Amino acid sequence: MTLNKSLLVPLIVFLLLVVFLALGFQLKDPHFLPSELINKPFPEFALKDLHQPETTRSKQDLVGEVALVNVWATWCPNCIVEHPELMRISKEENIRLYGVNYNDDSVKAIAWLKRRNDPYQFSIVDDEGKLAIDLGVYGAPETFVVDRDGIIRYRHVGAVTNPVWKEQILPVVAHLRGDNDS
Amino acid sequence: MIPEFGHFALILALGLSIGLAVLPAVGVIKRDPVLMRSGSFLAAGLFIFILFSFFCLLESFLQDDFSVLYVANNSNSALPVQYKVSAIWGAHEGSFLLWTLISAGWTLSVAFFSGSLTTDMKARVLSVMGLLNIGFVSFILFASNPFDRSLPFFPQDGADLNPLLQDFGLIVHPPMLYMGYVGFSVPFALAIATLTTGRLDAAWARWSRPWTNAAWAFLTIGITLGSWWAYYELGWGGWWFWDPVENASFMPWLAGTALIHSLAASEKRGVFKSWTVLLAIATFSLSLLGAFLVRSGVLTSVHAFAVDPTRGLFILVFLVMIIGGSLTLYAVKASGIKSVASFEWTSREAMLLMNNLLLVVATAAVLLGTLYPLLYEVLTDGDKISVGPPYFNRVFVPIVLVLFTVMIAAPFSRWRKTPLELLGRQHWPLYAAGPVIVIGLTALLGLSFEPLAIIIQTIAVWIFLLLVKNWVQTTKQGWKPPSASYLGMIFGHTGMVVAILGVVITVYDSQERDVRMAPGDSMALSDYEFTFKSMKKVQGPNYTADQAEIVVTKDGATIATLHPEKRFYTVARNTMTEADMDPGLFRDLYVALGEPVGKDAWAVRLHVKPFVRWIWLGCLLAAAGGFITLADKRYRRLRSARSDTIIDGAAA
Repeated sequence: MTLNKSLLVPLIVFLLLVVFLALGFQLKDPHFLPSELINKPFPEFALKDLHQPETTRSKQDLVGEVALVNVWATWCPNCIVEHPELMRISKEENIRLYGVNYNDDSVKAIAWLKRRNDPYQFSIVDDEGKLAIDLGVYGAPETFVVDRDGIIRYRHVGAVTNPVWKEQILPVVAHLRGDNDS
Repeated sequence: MIPEFGHFALILALGLSIGLAVLPAVGVIKRDPVLMRSGSFLAAGLFIFILFSFFCLLESFLQDDFSVLYVANNSNSALPVQYKVSAIWGAHEGSFLLWTLISAGWTLSVAFFSGSLTTDMKARVLSVMGLLNIGFVSFILFASNPFDRSLPFFPQDGADLNPLLQDFGLIVHPPMLYMGYVGFSVPFALAIATLTTGRLDAAWARWSRPWTNAAWAFLTIGITLGSWWAYYELGWGGWWFWDPVENASFMPWLAGTALIHSLAASEKRGVFKSWTVLLAIATFSLSLLGAFLVRSGVLTSVHAFAVDPTRGLFILVFLVMIIGGSLTLYAVKASGIKSVASFEWTSREAMLLMNNLLLVVATAAVLLGTLYPLLYEVLTDGDKISVGPPYFNRVFVPIVLVLFTVMIAAPFSRWRKTPLELLGRQHWPLYAAGPVIVIGLTALLGLSFEPLAIIIQTIAVWIFLLLVKNWVQTTKQGWKPPSASYLGMIFGHTGMVVAILGVVITVYDSQERDVRMAPGDSMALSDYEFTFKSMKKVQGPNYTADQAEIVVTKDGATIATLHPEKRFYTVARNTMTEADMDPGLFRDLYVALGEPVGKDAWAVRLHVKPFVRWIWLGCLLAAAGGFITLADKRYRRLRSARSDTIIDGAAA
């Protein structure tokens, strides 16, 4: 029997795909930060403020206090899921919350915040996804805990719900504050 | 004891599926008709035991047996009974049991509704389906058993079903979707079975067509329900998000649409046979790939099930065996397939080829967009990125434009060669009428004059006008009623026209307004006046809610009274927005409650969405087309002369 080599193409394409899937699968549990980013400084950036496009925000605007940096977008359904909890955190918890508006349309983003209320001190426009790439963002939403010196201490992938806040993020924040106060 | 019965039934089902994979195949090799026919009984047994197991899980839910881990995690004694039933497929383990039940159901249908197949062929097909069922049942038993107990300590009450899933749309969406996914296993099994005989003829294509159409129609309904659910339940009026899981269902749909068309060419003209077999394999493979993506935690998404490495690894190994095995078989066997017929570029064959090319490019584009974050991460050693709707919209618009352009004159095409005037000159009055109708209606309805919208609408109107003309000509000939297949095509194409019009108008002409409203406030949007009347507390079975009353008037006349809610689910401790809408064929009025702002006042979102129902209506019409084709008499004809050649071929 003669084997027509072009008929092997689908098989080869599929096997390549499997190699990638297997590698992607091995990489890590996607819900945790790649360890190389934890305890590393928050990446430097110079990006526009969402509400005041003339203002450029940089890393200096984030440091000083333990803060949360939340990556969000209007095209992200989970961002809607977590939004009420972020609103609650911004009102009831004594912590600064910054937004990174990721791969989004600024007009829509402003409207989105207007309709749902804005939990953020300010939001940074990351329309090309540069900061998100430096942060290793996999998809929105993601939330980072940054300490006073601008070091990333924790990362949560997916919606911040009340249990997530209570059981995962709040202990980290309390710990950071305790460390810094002593 | 009930969960243990269910578990035991699954073990027996595993034994039966092994028997189903092995015995008919042995029968084919030994040419033993008794063994070949054993498949039907084994398929019936398999279905009965999985059904029994499914009922055991159902009973555990109805009895609130919270010692069963899966029930404790996904139900609650206060959960309304219809949601206790649908909670079975509310999370990973139970939904896979549903998947397997549906797989056993399709296997049983093949065993019973395949009168036109030879005994030999039927044995081969059932054996392939037995192999698939081994994979599904052992996945449940070894990596996701819904009957696991949490003894001796178990919770007093359950954690409740995710409130997003407590909804009618979610009761019916997964079963329909799985009917589609798993339904594609039938054309897949037939393609594999035919490859093993080495003879692909018209009988093979004819036999594959109704099964493919049925699976495609179910998948269409499943995707439509998902889109409709997202629209009213997520509370922000969107209907498609290019979420990885939506993409996972969209890829087999695109490939399945291509398969429907290439099967037509393979059956009628014997062309693209090798390609069609590959598409049949690819369509089902994409269904399985979707299952892997959703359940392995490789991609994050709203729908993502709990991350579990064992499951991901199991599915990956299963994918390699099933898809890798079939593509190897394809590489070895398909070289013997020759398509002899020739055709010109104006022929129906060429148009179907074009359709296939475009749909495959579209599938590849969705696959790339879905997997790109993963590829990127692997190639850059851990860097992560996301691909959002901007990519998909940019890639999709041109593909859809060309695809719909090909559809315009498609019904008038002829096999081998189409006289050019049949595609062009002959229809000039209709071609002239198209833009006039679109521009006239756009002005009349006050829709936007966006150039891209006008172009797409004009193409859609052309498709529709030529379909009508074709229909009139076909039925006027009078010497025979149009076949069910032809009627199905008319429904399918009309459905696509309706859906695309809905998409274009919704995208370009929706109006929305976010406002702060207190009782007594009125807001105008489009031609409507929204008046916030009052706010009250209501108590549901497992939630409490703030409910607004908003009256919509137009020119002083009351159109609708809407009651959007903000619900708090007491057990799951989740807040949910329950939008309310006044649906209509030409517009939806859609109101969602945001957050309370200050005393008595609420953030309220008002939408007027023209023609949004057309999107789902069109998809349902197309799905109806798929079901209509099942009535075609050709599919029920017993063993034609040509199908008997398969047995000759196998014997030779």
